[in-house]
Amino acid sequence: MHDHTTRLSVSLWRGKEAGEYQTYQVPVRESQTVLDVVTWVQRNLDPTLSYRFACRVGMCGSCAMTVNGRPRWTCRTHVSKVVENGRLEIGPLENLPIIKDLAADMRPFFEKWQDAKGVFAPTKSRHDPIEAIKPDTAQRIAADKAIECINCGVCYAACDTVRWNADYLGPAALNRAWSLVNDVRDAGNAERITAVSADGGCHACHSHQSCQQFCPQSLNPTASIAGLKRTAARAYLRGKVES
Amino acid sequence: MNVRLYILQRGTAALMVPLIVVHLAVIFYATRHQLSAEDILARTRNSATWALFYGTFVVAASIHAAIGVRNVLTEWSGLSGRMSGLLGFLFGAMLLALGLRAVAAVVLP
Repeated sequence: MHDHTTRLSVSLWRGKEAGEYQTYQVPVRESQTVLDVVTWVQRNLDPTLSYRFACRVGMCGSCAMTVNGRPRWTCRTHVSKVVENGRLEIGPLENLPIIKDLAADMRPFFEKWQDAKGVFAPTKSRHDPIEAIKPDTAQRIAADKAIECINCGVCYAACDTVRWNADYLGPAALNRAWSLVNDVRDAGNAERITAVSADGGCHACHSHQSCQQFCPQSLNPTASIAGLKRTAARAYLRGKVES
Repeated sequence: MNVRLYILQRGTAALMVPLIVVHLAVIFYATRHQLSAEDILARTRNSATWALFYGTFVVAASIHAAIGVRNVLTEWSGLSGRMSGLLGFLFGAMLLALGLRAVAAVVLP
């Protein structure tokens, strides 16, 4: 039996879909993050271990993994907060294909971002004066609440509807669409509302709120999706959405 | 689920809420007053009101359940959206036929 105070028993997913967990012993450090643990294994035990990270300070959204069954941003997740009986089980994000080991293939996640028309459609050119945006309008407040997404994919991995319905756009893409619906400078709403009103759009959401529970930025995609549902339903009843 | 099915499902749910309250009240009334089948049929036969009430109930329930079954099949069975939609439609059509038959049995003379 190993000493929980000096060593962690860390199981890491190795391989692709048909891989398996392999267990490593990692020394415990003060203020150690889950990303520190993964990095220690790669640098000291197995340099072939694949995983993804960049900023290490919770800004880039690239290091999300499944930690003891829950999606987490690993660079800002302290081991002491998630360790269970001296053990960590770390796998790639759920609901996405596996490239190798801990690196999930994020392409479906970002393709759905495009499908939800999550791209800003400008109304002005560089030759126009910069438009003044009042921060205290209801629309801007709604946009600001949704805007700090770092595209980590934690909400997508936590979402039951994504797991059950391959066509569902997912919390992040819909949250992004909601921030643009409320951006007065954007001109793409007719197309965007039509996109999120289709099968697999906002109305597929069951409001389980896992996205809100696990979002490392404390955003509430469920509330954004509820806003999209209301906006899209009103647009449909006014004959502005084809379905 | 798209916006059209969403509005149909939520709309029929909203419609059924008052209908369910009245339906429950009718059940309590019938049992409290120990109405026999004959007493009940005497009230419902040739009644346009009860025909409209339960006819609306059956139509709303059929639409609501068909969409719900479609969604459950899509998410849990692995069937394609088209096949789930077809099975949901058939389930709704069955509820509609059975329900309208039951309504006809108590309101027609």
